[in-house]
Amino acid sequence: MVNPMANSDAERRAQYGPDRGTADTSADAGRLEAVWQAVASVTDPEIPVLSIVDLGIVAGVRIGGTCVVVDVTPTFVGCPAVEMICDEIRSAVERAGEDDVTVNTVFDPPWTSDRLTETGRRKLKEFGLAPPLASTCGNQIGRTSSSVMPPAETVPCPFCDSTETVVESLFGPTLCRSIHYCNKCLQSFEHFKTVEL
Amino acid sequence: MKPIESFDDLTTVTRDALVDLLYRLGDDELVLGHRNSEWTGLAPILEEDIAFSSMAQDEMGHAQVYYQMLHALGEPDPDTIAFSRKPREYRCASLVSLANDKNWAFCLLRQFLYDASETVRLTALCEGTLVPLAQAARKIRSEEKYHLMHGRSWVLRLGNATDESHERMQTALYEAYPHALGLFEPTAADEPLTLAGICPREEELRRQWESAVAPVLADAGLEQPETAQAAYGGRVGHHPESLTSLLNDMQIVYKIDPAAKW
Repeated sequence: MVNPMANSDAERRAQYGPDRGTADTSADAGRLEAVWQAVASVTDPEIPVLSIVDLGIVAGVRIGGTCVVVDVTPTFVGCPAVEMICDEIRSAVERAGEDDVTVNTVFDPPWTSDRLTETGRRKLKEFGLAPPLASTCGNQIGRTSSSVMPPAETVPCPFCDSTETVVESLFGPTLCRSIHYCNKCLQSFEHFKTVEL
Repeated sequence: MKPIESFDDLTTVTRDALVDLLYRLGDDELVLGHRNSEWTGLAPILEEDIAFSSMAQDEMGHAQVYYQMLHALGEPDPDTIAFSRKPREYRCASLVSLANDKNWAFCLLRQFLYDASETVRLTALCEGTLVPLAQAARKIRSEEKYHLMHGRSWVLRLGNATDESHERMQTALYEAYPHALGLFEPTAADEPLTLAGICPREEELRRQWESAVAPVLADAGLEQPETAQAAYGGRVGHHPESLTSLLNDMQIVYKIDPAAKW
């Protein structure tokens, strides 16, 4: 695992690439690649075009002896899909020939919307979901008394890219989505929430 | 102060204080989550039905995190903690126990006051010395942003809309405020938690919370109750009768068959 205090997630990815995991021996390297591919074949049950690797919730894959450990960092703590995703990861890795598979949920590193890959962001948009906004100065709520209350966000329309949009509802069909309306192309759309630390 | 990497590194006194804190955090979330879920299908408009149902899901998820930590500290498993305790064993503040009473204004204000308190507390925990708790707090805090944006926008909208909406919000504020102060009831855990650098004193959190909510209430044209007496007791197991009714509802399936899968 890379040092979580080092940089922002985006910087870390740029520096190290995705966390491909560790293997004890070079013989395990092939296994690790197979496990990684199996994990990447699992998609978000609510967004079936999106691999969980592009979603950024795979925090790490490790092989030690006969056992394989996959760490999952959930988008939202209370997301009911997490259990299903973990089950699917376990099945996929077992199908790749592993018998001893453990899937953990972890909060370190925490998932933030910066963990979405560029492919992930593109697929969200193609799916009709406005991708999260790039994080700015981080989540400032609570840092000082004058900034406890977060500012409203303007989300560009995924269909026409206009920023003439308004928030219809901060909560949507899943915990990770909000509902917006575009005043330019006159369509409702959903936004994958911007989650930052 | 030096970070505490693992629960194993805690002294007995700090460990006991931490258990007390985690019960307070988890029980507030669980009980308010249940109250929110009582709006599912009944909220005044569809978007708010979704909002309160989503917040219920969030709060329940957060409760589970705290209960998992308690389990790691030797307490029963999360389901047993949630469903098998008696009212006196709960450590939630009275604010979350109070019945919804079909009172939309009250529930909105309660949620806003609560979310602001949670944000203040989580921010402090993020900066605290206990690494596993700081990591969980950092994650949970990132989700609270949307709760606060939701609460603030409604408080501002309804506080400034019609005479009737203003009146209802003001009444709700007078009603909720003493119970919101009860979120910061001092307990015997304050001293050890402060000494270990895990969490500041309740009075300090209360000060931060007051300066956070005051400007929003002022912008909403609402008068902040200056002399409200804090409603204490929840943190030592003295609860309004409404908690007993809530738990009777929430625990009914578990009591019929504790081993049931559902």
